[in-house]
Amino acid sequence: MAAVTPLLLLLLLSSAPSFSSGSRNAYNINGRVKIPQGLGLGTKGYALPGRMSNVKVLLNGGQNITFLRPDGYFSFHNIPAGTHLIEVSAIGYFFSPVRVDVSARNPGKVQAALTENRKGLSELVLEPLREEQYYEIREPFSIMSLLKSPMGLMVGFMLAVAFLMPKLVENMDPEEMRRAQEEMRSQGVPSLSSLLPGGARN
Amino acid sequence: MAIRSFFLFILFFSSSLSPVFSLYEDQVGLMDWHQQYIGKVKQAVFSSQRAGRKRVVVSTEENVIASLDLRHGEIFWRHLLGADDVIDGIDIGLGKYVITLSSGGSILRSWNLPDGQMVWESSLQGPKLSKSFLLVPTNLKFDKDNVLVVFSNGRLHAISCIDGEVLWKKDFEAESFEVQQVIQPPGSDLIYVVGFAASYQFEMYQINAKNGELLKHESASFSSGFSGEVSLVSTETVVALDSTGSILLTISFQDGKISSQQTPISNLVEDSLGLAVIIPSSVSGIFAIKTDAVTVFIRVIGEGKLEVVEKTTHEIAVSDALSISEDQQAFALIQHASSEIHLTVKLAHDWDGNLLKESVKMDWQRGLVHKVFINNYIRTDRSYGFRVLIVMEDHSLLLLQQGEIVWSREDGLASIIDVTTSELPVERNGVSVAKVEHNLFEWLKGHMLKLKGTLMLASPEDMAAIQSMRLKSSEKSKMTRDHNGFRKLLIVLTRAGKLFALHTGDGRIVWSHLLRSLHKSEACQSPIGLNLYQWQVPHHHAMDENPSVLVVSRCGPSSDTPGVLSFVDTYTGKELSSLSLDHAVVQVIPLPYTDSTEQRLHLLINADKHAHLYPKTSEALSIFKREFLNIYWYSVEDQNGIIKGHALKCKCTGEVADEFCFDTRDLWSVVFPSESEKIVATVTRKLNEVVHTQAKVVADQDVMYKYISRNLLFVATVAPKGSGEIGSVTPEESWLVAYLIDTVTGRILHRVTHHGSQGPVHAVFSENWVVYHYFNLRAHRYEMSVIEIYDQSRADNKDVWKLVLGKHNLTSPISLFSRPEVITKSQSYFFTHSLKAIAVTSTAKGITSKQLLLGTIGDQVLALDKRFLDPRRTVNPTQAEKEEGIIPLTDSLPIIPQSYVTHALRVEGLRGIITVPAKLESTTLVFAHGVDLFFTQLAPSRTYDSLTEDFSYALLLITIVALVAAIFVTWRLSERKELQEKWR
Repeated sequence: MAAVTPLLLLLLLSSAPSFSSGSRNAYNINGRVKIPQGLGLGTKGYALPGRMSNVKVLLNGGQNITFLRPDGYFSFHNIPAGTHLIEVSAIGYFFSPVRVDVSARNPGKVQAALTENRKGLSELVLEPLREEQYYEIREPFSIMSLLKSPMGLMVGFMLAVAFLMPKLVENMDPEEMRRAQEEMRSQGVPSLSSLLPGGARN
Repeated sequence: MAIRSFFLFILFFSSSLSPVFSLYEDQVGLMDWHQQYIGKVKQAVFSSQRAGRKRVVVSTEENVIASLDLRHGEIFWRHLLGADDVIDGIDIGLGKYVITLSSGGSILRSWNLPDGQMVWESSLQGPKLSKSFLLVPTNLKFDKDNVLVVFSNGRLHAISCIDGEVLWKKDFEAESFEVQQVIQPPGSDLIYVVGFAASYQFEMYQINAKNGELLKHESASFSSGFSGEVSLVSTETVVALDSTGSILLTISFQDGKISSQQTPISNLVEDSLGLAVIIPSSVSGIFAIKTDAVTVFIRVIGEGKLEVVEKTTHEIAVSDALSISEDQQAFALIQHASSEIHLTVKLAHDWDGNLLKESVKMDWQRGLVHKVFINNYIRTDRSYGFRVLIVMEDHSLLLLQQGEIVWSREDGLASIIDVTTSELPVERNGVSVAKVEHNLFEWLKGHMLKLKGTLMLASPEDMAAIQSMRLKSSEKSKMTRDHNGFRKLLIVLTRAGKLFALHTGDGRIVWSHLLRSLHKSEACQSPIGLNLYQWQVPHHHAMDENPSVLVVSRCGPSSDTPGVLSFVDTYTGKELSSLSLDHAVVQVIPLPYTDSTEQRLHLLINADKHAHLYPKTSEALSIFKREFLNIYWYSVEDQNGIIKGHALKCKCTGEVADEFCFDTRDLWSVVFPSESEKIVATVTRKLNEVVHTQAKVVADQDVMYKYISRNLLFVATVAPKGSGEIGSVTPEESWLVAYLIDTVTGRILHRVTHHGSQGPVHAVFSENWVVYHYFNLRAHRYEMSVIEIYDQSRADNKDVWKLVLGKHNLTSPISLFSRPEVITKSQSYFFTHSLKAIAVTSTAKGITSKQLLLGTIGDQVLALDKRFLDPRRTVNPTQAEKEEGIIPLTDSLPIIPQSYVTHALRVEGLRGIITVPAKLESTTLVFAHGVDLFFTQLAPSRTYDSLTEDFSYALLLITIVALVAAIFVTWRLSERKELQEKWR
């Protein structure tokens, strides 16, 4: 669709000069916002219709604000010729701002380009570049994450000491074992069992 | 020192690039709260739908159009129009479309009543500016299509209600014709347009509503002229006042013939009233005139005869008429009487017969009733019941029904002017408001639920129970000071002149106070609140003294009207005292000195550049005298493009001896050439900002010293041509110049020009850097730039040997006349969105890294790490730089959706972002306000000094239990083994 149409004759007919001079070079910008996946937009509308009615289209950083019709079309009225910036504000979607040139010399001609990636648009149909996910996704419960946590590591180490160490001790040569035990006794190093309550009784 | 290095160590650890602010969906509402408002209601229309929930559609002074639930006052849907898109009228068409006329009558929109989806929009133009009217006739049909009648910009339109097509239009081009009323008598196909021409001629146009054909045009001249508004007393009679305001003109235009009658007001009311004005109302047969003291209701009894029905000195408010049957109209009248308001519902033709008379107790903190809207319903016994919606002086909205307030909305909070914070009382015995609601069983149950949740064994119902338990945790909404400094009071001043204290824990209103000093009085015609300052913050006497705030206001819109000060206790909300000043308040300078009662000294500059010291005590004066020569300030005259520096000179040399008044002198001035530069933004550092260290350790063990001065001012100027909207100028004739100016000496420390750029400029200044946002016309994208300023004078002192040998320059005198040795570094990046506000996080000690808070055009708040705006970023950082945390240079700043502070919410109509440090170093409190309010806690470098909210205590307990169990098991095992060994 032709995106820029000059405001028709009825303005030029007006007699009060102060007003008509302002609107002589006023144009309309018409466009369309398209959100894929059939959310709202002329389709059944059961999929989050609230999202569609909360979409705003802003011209030049909020100078003009307009809303979408049920079919996604929008228009700005009485815009002077020049280069303008259109932004779309929609929760959940990232839209690139669009540079729109409204030409005074050849009315009806539209030039639009996305400023984010400099892609030209043949018609003013704005689509989101990506969806925006505002929340972190909670990872499902897994044994690995539990084990990786500091507490998990502590328990793991404890278990390793408690059950693997005796195994290691068992595999030692009985001779060497006895020598080591004697050495320890002679040095008087208290064993774990003697530290515990009741350990002193033997 | 150990703690400091520990912090640095931790900061280093936490400097990963993943978004720091990120939230799981189930954490919404734990730290943050969000409140939705609409603003002061201008017009309300009740939906007459029989089925479904009862609604009322309102338009407000914040340019909001909203549909509210009539039962509870909740918002069904809401749209905020643009700032220039002021709503002129709303109505409901066909029972299912909300019609709004806005932008001075040039945009007509239709919205679907159930869900708020816009149905159509049309642009209405016309030959000249005029009043605008929106009529929705119920019985005017055009090919089965209901017709809307709109008069705007000197043109009458008939518009289809279904698709917004203009069916016909008719211009009223006569130069001097000023439309006053557009009337569509029900049951006829005629439209009357009446108005004045050349201020003494009454004009009446009769138009065929079917095709816009002009049927009749009559005019009559009145030599005495007209003043003010006209009131419509029937479909064919209007009442106006003459230019002297003492004669009432009753003009009827029955059957297209104009006839009139003049009645001097003095004939109706004996005592002279002074200048009167007509209060417009739509009640047939009755109108009201109001003078300073008295309101008089007058009835029109055929043939232009007038009769006074009631005279009252109370403040009153009248609703529009409501037709309750074929020929009966009712209206509501509200009168104030001390602590009550009296509501009466009367029939238009029978003044003395009241349909309803009720008295409602009204909190005087709400002020006067400003507007009344009436609606009726049919009771079970088939009689008529009435409910009224009232708008109060503090902008709140209340629904009255059967003598009670059914619901109320604090919509004054939609227009916040200024915000400050206050600490809560210190907890002591008897002061604590916390309840001991947990018994042991509940406590255990709660922990079992949490354990289930952690182990992912919880059912959805359990999850919901856990969520509500976390939200309700009484900890965060206690009324006492907490250890971490998360609980505070937000003191906000609204446009209505009301102060609110909001609790940061859950956003509830702790107290509210309509300032007496902001009440309209004879001395002060239209008081406006300006600013809030912290007046007294007791630290030494925190147990027995309450903090207080200073509210500065003035009596009128211009800056030379006298000012008013009020002092409000922040714990109780009581107004301690108020002062009507005999001078204006142009600038308020909070001085960094406090007296023995910890009242902060403030300097108020008036229009004649005299400085007045407050509080007016001899102690304050003696403190002030000591610091007399150390006080400097600056002023910005953005109209003339001049920035001036000032200092104090001597005592006032006026005729009245006032020892608290001082003369000032100009020290310096910077004049920007008006033909090439226009000031668009000035920013300084926040007064209470804390900087941890001046040194910045950069890669390869080098040190740079930040140039930290409280007296730095950032100024942005643009070419005068480029100060308009985007697209109004070509890149060649537009530029933006950024300055860093020392406000004591007036020296320009740095100046940079961005060619082909224009405003609006949003900037924030912190420590030794400034970040600003502007529009680059060449790339047609927004850009953000950073300037960092470093002190070079101490750069040589890094050598330890020099320090040891005494060859350093630390003791060399500092003079204002010597040029400071500074270097600046800057860099620019593209940024996608337009901005509405910008702020920076602030923490208690200034150790935690900073984040920028960007209020985007979509009314969201984005947190952006300052490291993205580091002028030392390069495309290929070296290994050492990477270790320091320098991010490779990209041409645009990233927008990470998870770092939106407001997550999936919008702070509709965002105006400002305020950050307040908590006591816990890692955390900062963020409050964003606009039409909505939003509050959250942020930890820019994660919470390195406390456990996070989702820390699993259950897992810790399980671990400890498991360890203890394991100890005992192994002990048993070892004992048994020992025994076996002994037997062997």
